[in-house]
Amino acid sequence: MIPDIVLFIILALVAVASAVGMLFSKNAIYSALNLILNFSSVAVLYLILGAPFIALAQVTVYAGAIMVLFLFVIMLLGAERLRRSETLPYQQPVSIILAAILAVVAIYALLFRPLGIEAASVANPDFSSPAAMAEMLFNEYLLPFEVTSILLLVAMIGAIVLTRKRQRRVQR
Amino acid sequence: MDAALIIEWIIKSILLLVICITGFAYLTFYERKALARLQVRIGPNRAGPFGLLQPVADGIKLIFKEELIPEKADRLIFVLAPVVTVVPALVVLAVLPFGGVVNLFGREISLSVAGDVNIGILYITAITSISVYGIVLAGWSSNNKYAAMGGIRSTAQMISYELALGLGFIGPILLAGTMSLNGIVEGQRGMWYVVYQPLGVLVFMIATLAEVNRAPFDMPEAEQELTAGYHTEYSGMKFALFFMAEYVKMIAVSAIAATLFFGGYRGPFIDQVPWLGPIYLLIKVMILLFGMIWVRATLPRLRYDQLMAFGWKILLPVALLNVLLTAGVIMLFPGLGV
Repeated sequence: MIPDIVLFIILALVAVASAVGMLFSKNAIYSALNLILNFSSVAVLYLILGAPFIALAQVTVYAGAIMVLFLFVIMLLGAERLRRSETLPYQQPVSIILAAILAVVAIYALLFRPLGIEAASVANPDFSSPAAMAEMLFNEYLLPFEVTSILLLVAMIGAIVLTRKRQRRVQR
Repeated sequence: MDAALIIEWIIKSILLLVICITGFAYLTFYERKALARLQVRIGPNRAGPFGLLQPVADGIKLIFKEELIPEKADRLIFVLAPVVTVVPALVVLAVLPFGGVVNLFGREISLSVAGDVNIGILYITAITSISVYGIVLAGWSSNNKYAAMGGIRSTAQMISYELALGLGFIGPILLAGTMSLNGIVEGQRGMWYVVYQPLGVLVFMIATLAEVNRAPFDMPEAEQELTAGYHTEYSGMKFALFFMAEYVKMIAVSAIAATLFFGGYRGPFIDQVPWLGPIYLLIKVMILLFGMIWVRATLPRLRYDQLMAFGWKILLPVALLNVLLTAGVIMLFPGLGV
């Protein structure tokens, strides 16, 4: 039990530190690298909770595929040293309100609901096996799953349409 | 958790690292010898009997080379990049079964570092998906346009071929009904999956060649266009680390291909003598490695746009078709092959 808690505290520190580093680093490449570190430490947290499938999916999809694309775009555009762009006028107050709501919810969850590592991992040792996950996804949550996939497809088509238009304009 | 288990894990991990590093050294020798023979030359034969000490000589030479860091390079990332490249290559084989369960000093020991994990294949995809970072960061941090272009090219290439690679994994998963590599090897008790998955093997092999940046997909380091690509500015041991990553990855993907499609550690009399497992695996890996070297000696490099068009317009649809066919056949004829 004690090694678990020590590990959790270390991971939590790494996750928070890398998130802060992502926000405050001047260089966009360093921001992206911090975000990768953040995703990876969250993946290890899943591993501690006894959900290896989700942990590795997190690494493959977020720390791997998506962040590689982020880095790729940053490098391709040479956008690693961005000047401070002007912010929208309502951005700051809205973000402060949202952050406050998040903090309240988090404190509520911490104080009034006994979230513990035991509660999650004792439930059923097999709850996170790939077969169990698939069973859940394709039976109970089939509709949300399919809607998500259509959403992603639409986003992809959108990206293709946008690049198409630009090409045609260049040709004229 | 008892101490013996931890000691067992440590010994297995160290053994895996030693195997990977020795394998790297002698793979370079193997490649130079095989390439030389394919080109009607003799190859390295001066250091030691039959030139067997050549990798040692190369290593000593590289240790004594001067290490340069370009003045305008991003020093932290420049130094970290080779490490970030090597580590995924070294850890990817942790889930691979080198054999069944053997009895040693009265303990039942399974011949793989992580034991039998039910998400073995997912672990491999996770590691391959983060293995591109070292190359990209090396290219970017060198502050050299050739290196940067090599890095960007390799990102695009590895993302594109990773999809086909991932779909190539699905055939054996469907046939075995599990993501555990031990389960897949056991599923090939009757017949190797290469027989049921000819298309899958082809897609997998091509995608792995691209994934480890080997000829004819060695675009990130195309000498004629990019001097040396992402490792242009590297010298000494840092340069050697990039080479180590490439060759260890070659060994790793060959071992994975052997496990998924060619029966893994299984062979004649394996059930009676479990220690034959690593030997069978070694033989299969050697043959697959020879295939990779042969391809390098035979095929010219693809042009970059051809490479991308091939990956997206041919390889990916073929891989999808293979998944569809495999799933369809399993649905229509349950109990076939499984």
